[in-house]
Amino acid sequence: MIEQVSVFLENKSGRLAELTRVLGDAGINMRALMVADTAEFGVVRLICDRPRHALQVLEASGFGASVTEVIAVAVPDRPGGLADVLESLGSGGLNVEYAYCFVEPSGDAAVDIFRVDDPASAKSALVSAGIVVVEPGALYVAD
Amino acid sequence: MFQPDFEAMSRTDLEALQLERLSNTLDRVYERVASYRAKFDEAGVHPSMVRSLADLASLPFTVKDDLRAAYPYGMFAAPMRDIVRVHSSSGTTGQVTVVGYTRGDIDRWGDLMARTLASAGATADDIVQISYGYGLFTGGLGVHYGSERLGAATIPISGGNTKRQIQVMKDFGVTVLAATPSYALLLAETALEMGIDPRDLPLKAGVFGAEPWSENMRTQLEEALGILAIDIYGLSEVLGPGVAAECECKHGLHVNEDHFIIEIIDPATLQPVPDGEMGEVVFTTITKEGIPVIRYRTRDISRIVPGSCSCGRTFRRMQRVSGRTDDMLIIRGVNVFPSQIEQVLTGIPGVAPHYQVVLKKRGSLDHVEVHVEVGPDFAFDEIKALEHLQRRVGAEIASALAISIEVKLVEPKSIQRSEGKAKRVLDLRSEGSE
Ligand SMILES: [Zn+2]
Repeated sequence: MIEQVSVFLENKSGRLAELTRVLGDAGINMRALMVADTAEFGVVRLICDRPRHALQVLEASGFGASVTEVIAVAVPDRPGGLADVLESLGSGGLNVEYAYCFVEPSGDAAVDIFRVDDPASAKSALVSAGIVVVEPGALYVAD
Repeated sequence: MFQPDFEAMSRTDLEALQLERLSNTLDRVYERVASYRAKFDEAGVHPSMVRSLADLASLPFTVKDDLRAAYPYGMFAAPMRDIVRVHSSSGTTGQVTVVGYTRGDIDRWGDLMARTLASAGATADDIVQISYGYGLFTGGLGVHYGSERLGAATIPISGGNTKRQIQVMKDFGVTVLAATPSYALLLAETALEMGIDPRDLPLKAGVFGAEPWSENMRTQLEEALGILAIDIYGLSEVLGPGVAAECECKHGLHVNEDHFIIEIIDPATLQPVPDGEMGEVVFTTITKEGIPVIRYRTRDISRIVPGSCSCGRTFRRMQRVSGRTDDMLIIRGVNVFPSQIEQVLTGIPGVAPHYQVVLKKRGSLDHVEVHVEVGPDFAFDEIKALEHLQRRVGAEIASALAISIEVKLVEPKSIQRSEGKAKRVLDLRSEGSE
């Protein structure tokens, strides 16, 4: 399972920059960053090296952060590739809360991140549908 | 119960006793204290006009400035030959108030403090360490006489020299500690540093007062010391410690109503509020001889806890004091005590009890924003959970304050840690409308 770091941010200018600076200064490499916001606040979702260390660094710098388990999938590079993934999750009765996508510089495949209620059953549903589930080691240095 | 004949007397008997004692007290101050006589005359009231307890509300209030103006002995209602003790409130020069006690006052004070210690479970078998300061401050000697009245072995150690306090606590087999709650915490921490776990000592109860403290602090003290911790209340202008105390139920402080009449008033209109509503605590002493006070405004914020208590005492309970009238805000005509917000937040998981109130003008209306910290252990990924939390905090604060407000969730530890109005409340209403 992929460990994603989620950070609560008030909607005030410069806060996102501070967050990335804190991680950069700690030598943490970010692979993906997604901001979800409401009118009042935002949640920043990060895939990065050493997520546990990143969590400690952020908390020590006064950020509200937690680690969330998500699933990473190498989406087949053909029409309907994403639809296949979503259908296999849907047929397993698994609800996708959110998803986002980034491109790995090393490979040419897009990586999709899914947050589901039950990551373990989602993983087995995907594997049995022949979809490639990406392991942490392929994306970042785990800790 | 130390005096069940009084502490558990029927409300009817109690009210008859209160009225009789009130009348005697009013006669006494009208006859003997020039400033009361002048005040009553000016208000067109006379002790003979007070025929029921409800008539008390027709009398003028007494405030701290009245006592200051009478410095030192101007409000004493007994001649100096009858005064056997003098205490004084702390304060800078010119701000000090002086109180005097007759032999009878000291005697009754002993009973009241013995009641307080007994409501923490103390008996003549106990060993009581009094770590309140002795001297002009009423804390040390106030508890001292109560402890002796109870028949407990009394250790008058006073404050300070924390390591020696711990040695005494251990060597003397102390079972009951009387101290300010912050000093009790320091004792607990120092004991651990000395390699002594206070939970291994015979200590079983603590009576803590003389400063405001919270339920969180109670939990901390009870766990660190392995004791029952109760809140006690008093102020030198009214008596000193012994005015009110929690029982083992820890749900409000029973006011010693056979000696003090409590009223809760709206500090803006000065009218009494119904039981259960927050307001300023006002006391009238009805047995004091040295310096009785009539409708003394304490500036403390509390409320009467409605209903009766399972301990069997019939005296009404006041809630733990939650702030000072100086902190009160008037928002859209409603009195708001910031401490009410803290109380709401303490009951909601996922938020820290730290907040800031920001007041603005929107058009001609007051707009209230309450900034609330999300707790550090929240699952921050869940936007829905955050929005749900925001709505819940908004609804609960609005219902407690009886005004609508807007809640803004802010990052953990982003609100400055501080007591007092200056930091808790940011009033931008005079800066124009947005
Ligand atoms: Zn009780």
